[in-house]
Amino acid sequence: MTRIGVVAIMLLLAGCQGVQSPLAPGGDQATALHNLFLLMMAVCGGIYALVLVGLGWSLRRVRSAGQAAEVPERSLWGAAIVIVIGLTVLIVGSFVADRAVFASRRQGAMMVRVTGHQWWWRIEYRDPATGRWIETANELHLPLDRTTRVALGSADVIHSFWVPNVAGKLDMIPGRRNVLDLTPRRVGWFRGQCAEFCGTQHAHMALDVKVESVAAFEAWLTEQARPAPSPASRGAAVFANACAVCHAIRGTGASGRVGPDLTHLASRKSIAAGTLTMTRGNLQGWITQPQALKPGTSMPAVPLSGPDADALAAYMESLK
Amino acid sequence: MRPDQDRLDRLSLTWRDPPGLWGFLTTVDHKRIAARYIVTALLLMFLAGMLALDMRWQLSTPENVRMGPQLYNESFSLHGSTMLFLVSVPVMEAMALWLVPLMLGQRNMAFPRLGAFSYWLYLGGVLTLWISHALDITPDLGWFEYPPLSGPAYAPGHRADIWAQMITFTEVAALAASVNVAATILKMRPPGMTLARMPVFLWAMLVASIMTILSMPAIMLVTSMLIADRLVSTHFFSPASGGDVLLFQHLFWFFGHPEVYIIFVPATGFVSAIVETFSRRPLFGHSVIVLAILSIGALAFGLWVHHMFAVGLPRLGNNFYTAASMAIALPAGLQIFCWIATMWSGRPWLATPMLWVIGFVTTFVIGGLSGVMTASAALDLQLTDSYFIVAHFHYVLVGGAMFPLFGAFCYWYPKATGRMMSERWGRIAFALIVGGFNLGFFPMHLLGLMGMPRRVYTYPAGMGWEGLNQVATLGSVVAVAGGLVFVANALVSYWRGAPSGGDPWGGSTLEWAGEAPAPSWNLAYTPMVDGLTPMWNGGRPLRVADGVAIARREVLITSVTDADPLYRQKSASPSIWPLLSALAVSAMFIASIFTPWAIVVGAVPIGAALTGWFWPQRPRRSGA
Repeated sequence: MTRIGVVAIMLLLAGCQGVQSPLAPGGDQATALHNLFLLMMAVCGGIYALVLVGLGWSLRRVRSAGQAAEVPERSLWGAAIVIVIGLTVLIVGSFVADRAVFASRRQGAMMVRVTGHQWWWRIEYRDPATGRWIETANELHLPLDRTTRVALGSADVIHSFWVPNVAGKLDMIPGRRNVLDLTPRRVGWFRGQCAEFCGTQHAHMALDVKVESVAAFEAWLTEQARPAPSPASRGAAVFANACAVCHAIRGTGASGRVGPDLTHLASRKSIAAGTLTMTRGNLQGWITQPQALKPGTSMPAVPLSGPDADALAAYMESLK
Repeated sequence: MRPDQDRLDRLSLTWRDPPGLWGFLTTVDHKRIAARYIVTALLLMFLAGMLALDMRWQLSTPENVRMGPQLYNESFSLHGSTMLFLVSVPVMEAMALWLVPLMLGQRNMAFPRLGAFSYWLYLGGVLTLWISHALDITPDLGWFEYPPLSGPAYAPGHRADIWAQMITFTEVAALAASVNVAATILKMRPPGMTLARMPVFLWAMLVASIMTILSMPAIMLVTSMLIADRLVSTHFFSPASGGDVLLFQHLFWFFGHPEVYIIFVPATGFVSAIVETFSRRPLFGHSVIVLAILSIGALAFGLWVHHMFAVGLPRLGNNFYTAASMAIALPAGLQIFCWIATMWSGRPWLATPMLWVIGFVTTFVIGGLSGVMTASAALDLQLTDSYFIVAHFHYVLVGGAMFPLFGAFCYWYPKATGRMMSERWGRIAFALIVGGFNLGFFPMHLLGLMGMPRRVYTYPAGMGWEGLNQVATLGSVVAVAGGLVFVANALVSYWRGAPSGGDPWGGSTLEWAGEAPAPSWNLAYTPMVDGLTPMWNGGRPLRVADGVAIARREVLITSVTDADPLYRQKSASPSIWPLLSALAVSAMFIASIFTPWAIVVGAVPIGAALTGWFWPQRPRRSGA
């Protein structure tokens, strides 16, 4: 059984390319931790093999009648020395990796605020042009090969920010602020997930993370800074009536802060913190019966007539 | 010295319980009380195991809607709280209550009525939690209910209070049991059993008891603070009013980490006893194992922060706790070396208790090494709160404590019942449980490394987690089937097992000196000890002494280090007061979930019951 497990680990180490996996590092911090993991596996695997060999050999005399030779007392020192050497290697290795993860703090890193809510993520970037905070939700964009400093907070209970391909996790604690540096080295989509139990829908608190070239990132940020148009459509009117108390759309009168900012909702990959993919059907379903899709969510079911629901979904889809 | 029938009759008359229900309610016989503890804990292990099976069924496919989030969150909360507070810790105390007097050749514990009180109060905690579950007010915030999630703002209703009061119940019960065990081991050792000649099992139980006494107050304090926050708005843990949520975590883990060793250290006692008997030679490195247990007991209080590496404490401090946590691997590793060396130079006999020890070593060492990995402040940032941690602590707690417990159950079963368990079915249960456990939990390491967080009631398809989750579910089914075989074997053997005689395994320590099943007075004479393995006294019979009364309940008190006889002490007789006191305390605990006034009003019946308990007895007439 154990041997099968070891083989399985080796296969995983060789071929794992998951979007939410510490074994497929795509950033400096995750790479340092992955190297430490490999060192740990080597040392611990060796010690486990020694224990199994010792145990197996000690059972060689089952059913024998005669007296065995005494194990010399000094062999204890041998065991102690092996353990101490192994532990020393691991403690030093751990310390070095810890320095690598947390000492990469450079001046001039871009600051992003991420705040945990039951059960979604508020994300705020600084607009390079105006210096104002630009708000978005549930989708983090990171420039490649740059260090982004994420300031982690919470609006309610304890959450934990974990994007395993890029870095280890750090808790988001009400009344405190934690800071985590992210230096991604691979372009693509990754997935993060809340790692501290935070109530009913802890399972549906995911985060889409896109690592892109600096140019693409800057283009994206410029788009995000732009306010939404304010059309005189039926959908916009329905939104103003039914949704604007909780949700904000910059450029319109909607300025609620209870739920996620929806200014560029349709540009995001998913809705409801990674629960559903961004499609018109899912949008409509989420608006009319959120409790069926994410039981316990703070989003109330919005009673709408069929035409109103259609118009609202069409409006939301236009928020690119 | 073979006791004559007249002596046995008089002992039996002195130490018997009243007949029938009254005897059941008033007994202070440590073996009856411990058996109740063990049966209750095993029943709860079955119930919490069923919850685990239910959760595994839910997770066997992605986006499963069989269980909603509420039911799933209740299930893992109840599973964890039950297994840690109502099964693992109490069952180890129960083994101590049952075995310590036998291994000391004494007639009862130091405080017989306190033993009864601790069981009844523990039962109160069990009923509080599980009747709440039946009434659908199950705690649903995990086994460590961090505020502010468990605070008044985010956890309305009484679910969180029920959890907090269940803790209070079990911790008072655990403190009572631990004081009892520690006092018994320190003051009631037979003449000649100096500290240097004390078996490892007794050392383990002594250290675990002292750890309990030192760590439990932290959890009682913190759950009381939580209740105060919820009941009278004290704001210990509300950041908006100047409280701090991390204070809860520090206090919780200051208890929570030693607790793991409170469960594990007794298991090292079981393993030492079994390895010695079934290697048919005295334990290799006795003093090394004892020192290892002592150093584990001390180190355990210096590494609680390794449960909090991701909360953002200063990094240098975290690295100190990394070193302290990894240092535990040295004493633990040396213990394992000593057990293997004992088998190496002995003549191992692979009866079921010994099989469990082999299952223990092969499984526990994986848990220990994954513990070394999670002890790294850096690497833990990828491992904590993922399924890797779920795998790790199940390897440590099941592999490291439950497998030795099952071995201990098979080992001492003949002493308790006078019958042997079936070896054949014992082997089948062993294979199913150990195989199923590893099949069920090994894949969880990989799931964690593939990014699956713990405490999620479902997960999306396409993450690559489906296959391993199915294997894990299959493994848990096999392990539960093995558990049922184990219990069936114990039940059938109780009536049909071959008679065992007093010492079926040729054991090395004093509990094997008497008859089986052990009578209510344990041993007819006081044993005299002059070595570590008194029953293997070079083939010579055990030396015994007389002098402790047989016409009234009396025990021998000896000195702490050298076990020199000091005086004879009256031993308490059966009494209803422990039960009444436990009822009064239970009423106060439960009522204080609803109103703070319960603490004031509830103190009256508690005072009355304790007054009854401690009412001065008429002085003994001389010459008895």
